[in-house]
Amino acid sequence: MANDKVVHISDSEFDNKVIGNTLPCLVDFWAPWCGPCKAIGPVIDELAAEFDGKVIIAKMNVDDNPATPGRFGIRAIPTLILFKGGEVVDQITGAVGKSQLQDLIKKAF
Amino acid sequence: MQQAQYQLIIVGGGPAGLTAGLYAARGRLEVLLVERGTTGGQVLVTDWVDNYPGFIEGLSGFDLVDKIAAHADRFGLTKKYAAIASLDLTGEVKSVTLENGEVLTASTIILCTGARPRKLDIPGEYEFTGRGVSYCATCDGPFYRNQEIAVVGGGNSAIQDALHLTKFASKVTVIHRRDQLRATKILQEKAFSNQKIDFLWNTQVLEVRGDKSGVDSLLLGRQHGGESVLKVTGLFVLIGIAPNNELLLAHPMQTDEGGFVVTDEEMTTSIPGVFAAGDIRSKRSRQIINAAGEGAVAELSAERYLGSQVTDTSHNRSE
Repeated sequence: MANDKVVHISDSEFDNKVIGNTLPCLVDFWAPWCGPCKAIGPVIDELAAEFDGKVIIAKMNVDDNPATPGRFGIRAIPTLILFKGGEVVDQITGAVGKSQLQDLIKKAF
Repeated sequence: MQQAQYQLIIVGGGPAGLTAGLYAARGRLEVLLVERGTTGGQVLVTDWVDNYPGFIEGLSGFDLVDKIAAHADRFGLTKKYAAIASLDLTGEVKSVTLENGEVLTASTIILCTGARPRKLDIPGEYEFTGRGVSYCATCDGPFYRNQEIAVVGGGNSAIQDALHLTKFASKVTVIHRRDQLRATKILQEKAFSNQKIDFLWNTQVLEVRGDKSGVDSLLLGRQHGGESVLKVTGLFVLIGIAPNNELLLAHPMQTDEGGFVVTDEEMTTSIPGVFAAGDIRSKRSRQIINAAGEGAVAELSAERYLGSQVTDTSHNRSE
């Protein structure tokens, strides 16, 4: 189920919406050809609802936006990176469960 | 006597677990499926499934398992997404302790924990995972457009994935520790005739090397001595699977030398009331259709077991 709380971002919006954001931001780097990426989609939607107002939950399609994945050395997806104050706090690669992603997000606090 | 909360708990939500769940929910059992990550299992990384009966045009691994999950949902299968800390399988009432401390009990358990890619266990492998070391060609192949990469392995999945990777990479070197492939003839023929694929025989990867930006080379060892360096930006490790059996190690359950669970043809393990299906089982053929079929057999066996226990155990099953 699509969730309008998830922000879809592009290369050109990345600095403004993620690096420059006052809130922590979890970015899910994904692509439509990646099964595990699609499998965690519903989890990302749930996290967006759960952390609404506290953490920006964003998705970036790496097919349409090659610059940002290159900038962060991403060579595997799904990769989820937690940003705070423009810096990388931590990251996870692979279709992990919701509790692992919650633990990742909590590192921003 | 302690009452079990469920008649059946299914551990794992790949094709085996979801099919067992579909049967159990349709059969109106008090059933719960517990999955630690996301449903789907290893099928999620399967680019294309061309031979699942009934899907004439073929479909992606994700779409297939999504349909199986939706089918189970139609019968109201209850799923819980949580990691399991431990299992107690020996008594008449089995218990499943979650990492958050919650304890779930059931009269029967079907183990569908599956398998995962085997690792090389060499220096640099862990450090560069996601930054050049990959276990999923379909997920990560497109990151290696016009780059030179390597595949380690010689089985069906290694060769199939090497062929897939030639769509992106400029050159794919297959590194194999033997002097011939285990892959089927048809795959071998395709690989040998592919201009982008090179082979290094009797060779092992000793170390993955790189810097902050990721992998830049591999240290290779020849079987009869001699080391060399191969410049690549990616290494796909496709050397088979290892069982997800960590929860079972504390149990006196019969396994094969690889750690896969031994069952009879009714999917019964060596522990009464405990069944296994899918890739966690000791077997030769690992196909999605096997996993689904075994899930169905395991569920029917669990129902028979419940029927035979009905005089001894009472359930809090609602009418």
